[in-house]
Amino acid sequence: MTLSRFARPYEVNSPPRRRLVVDHISLSFGGVKALTDVSLQVEPGKIFAIIGPNGAGKTSMLNCICGLYRPQHGHIWYGDTDLVKTAPHRLAHLGIARSFQNIELFNHMTVLDNLMLGRHVHMKKNLLTALLYWGSGQAEEIRHREFVEHVIDLLQIQGIRKQQVGALAYGLQKRVELGRALAVNPGLLLLDEPMAGMNVEEKEDVARYVLDINEEWGITIILIEHDMGVVMDISDTVAVLDFGRCIAVGAPDQVRSDPAVIKAYLGEQE
Amino acid sequence: MATQSGIYHQTYASDMQLRPTTMQRVRLVLVAALLVIIPFVVDSSTQRLVNTVVIAAIGAIGLNVLVGYTGQISLGQGAFLAIGAYSCGLLQAYLNVPWPIALLAAAFISALLGGLIGLPSLRLKGLYLAVATLAAQQIVDWVIINWDPIDGEINGRATDALRIPGNALFGNADLRLNNNDTLFYIVAAAILVVVAIATTNLFRTHIGRAFVAIRDQDIAAEVMGVNLHRYKVLAFMVSSFIVGIAGALLALQSTAISFERFSLSVSIEYLAMIIIGGLGTVSGSIYGATFIVVLPEVLRSIGRMLTGTDAASLSEFNRVLPFVQEGVFGVVIVATLIIEPEGIQRIWRNIKDYFRLWPFSY
Ligand SMILES: Nc1ncnc2c1ncn2[C@@H]1O[C@H](COP(=O)(O)OP(=O)(O)OP(=O)(O)O)[C@@H](O)[C@H]1O
Ligand SMILES: [Mg+2]
Repeated sequence: MTLSRFARPYEVNSPPRRRLVVDHISLSFGGVKALTDVSLQVEPGKIFAIIGPNGAGKTSMLNCICGLYRPQHGHIWYGDTDLVKTAPHRLAHLGIARSFQNIELFNHMTVLDNLMLGRHVHMKKNLLTALLYWGSGQAEEIRHREFVEHVIDLLQIQGIRKQQVGALAYGLQKRVELGRALAVNPGLLLLDEPMAGMNVEEKEDVARYVLDINEEWGITIILIEHDMGVVMDISDTVAVLDFGRCIAVGAPDQVRSDPAVIKAYLGEQE
Repeated sequence: MATQSGIYHQTYASDMQLRPTTMQRVRLVLVAALLVIIPFVVDSSTQRLVNTVVIAAIGAIGLNVLVGYTGQISLGQGAFLAIGAYSCGLLQAYLNVPWPIALLAAAFISALLGGLIGLPSLRLKGLYLAVATLAAQQIVDWVIINWDPIDGEINGRATDALRIPGNALFGNADLRLNNNDTLFYIVAAAILVVVAIATTNLFRTHIGRAFVAIRDQDIAAEVMGVNLHRYKVLAFMVSSFIVGIAGALLALQSTAISFERFSLSVSIEYLAMIIIGGLGTVSGSIYGATFIVVLPEVLRSIGRMLTGTDAASLSEFNRVLPFVQEGVFGVVIVATLIIEPEGIQRIWRNIKDYFRLWPFSY
């Protein structure tokens, strides 16, 4: 293989990258206001971080983008598609993939099958060819296996391909979940605390993967992360949520010195 | 689980093959040989028992597609079997359709109605879905008992049972299935082989993977692009297609069918098969079906040896047998769930691993 480990594998049509515009979103659960009038703009090809104290509404934001939560007010535009009105299973077709804060892998499937499921929306063969596993049906599986192997190389998980995911260590599971999202060949990738619970070395690895994916594959990334060092290092833009409100957006340096942000974080420590 | 070492695959195609090792090939050949030899070596009552095992194995694979692979609990197996059996029987009794066509048509009718019964799965999960399938079971039972065309006449008396003419093929009475156990075996065993292979294939492709993904983590599956509604209904349809075949075979095996053979207790028996055999495996479905069908026969012969042959003790024995049977089922299921949640299939794998590494304990 002449491709570098990080080059995006050949794909029939690589997904379009579009601007994501969150337009005055409000979401509440009964009396709990998870998000209040939040607006954000994520430019294509950038790394966009969302930070904020626990319970600030970061995960709720991602869930709104994915259609798992339906905000009571506002729109979320990806290109000219309103994600607020889009079924969750359409997301991968639009080239949006995500990982979850509490790992949500298919525990009884192998690493390979988890990643192959990421290829689901690209696989078109019907039930009959599946039952026969013959000719074009088999060829399709093999073609997608090649793509998946590329992701496996990128994340350096060759050794655990055939292992059941449920039995893997936490750090590896996080990595497999990243791989499953990458297998979708997304234009926009949503990562909910991909480094949580990892030691410094593992965090550095994941941070490097995120940078590589962003630079080499050109994927737009929305990243939720608590580790300020990492966030300030790798993001182009940082948004800060506090009690469901967006209190600051800007370049890392600018956000770091924002009085409202300092207050929110110091307030949390008291 | 131990992994076999020393095998290197040169291409993804060979790595993705089903039966990579020699040992597994040998086992397959042995199973195939056994299937071929059976009709030559067994007496007619054993042949009938084997036929029942084969039908149950097909039905268990079908149920496993739904419950074991896709994680949709169903208490409606009896209803799905009934739909297959009565579709096949009615097509023969009223329209004189030759049995191969009736069999195939029954499978498609079952798939259609199965999809319909599966519609609640779009809203209901777990036990709630189980209750919904239970409702389907009761409705089908009710229809069978109360709908007139489904009744028949036996020895000049109207009954609730439907008589199956077992149409002769090409005007040849020897090609009827319900008076020829060997022919029945050939047909049923061939179908079992096809169903087993097709099901195995299904779970090597994206459709089968979507089923398993729904079982393991439905929300993640949805976000990765699996249309839950479509795939759940599809799982119900594939499952009831296969179960419908088993039901049709039940009809073709007999001269009459009645609702008792498709009751709730049948649904539970089939659940026992796949739980004991192993959820989410094709071979497990076959082991489990064999176990559940053969167990009562074994109990019966043990009982005969223990009790005398005089009329009094025989009738006493026949009275308690069902209770003993249920008891043994219960104990075995509970024991399986405690000791080896993945069933006989897993126990077999453990034994195999043990011997592969023998005499080293690790
Ligand atoms: N499904 C739900 N039902 C009810 N309340 C919810 C639900 N999801 C989130 N919330 C509430 O919304 C608020 C925001 O939660 P969210 O999970 O988005 O926070 P977060 O910023 O991701 O926090 P963390 O850093 O702990 O992951 C919390 O008060 C939470 O209790
Ligand atoms: Mg969160």
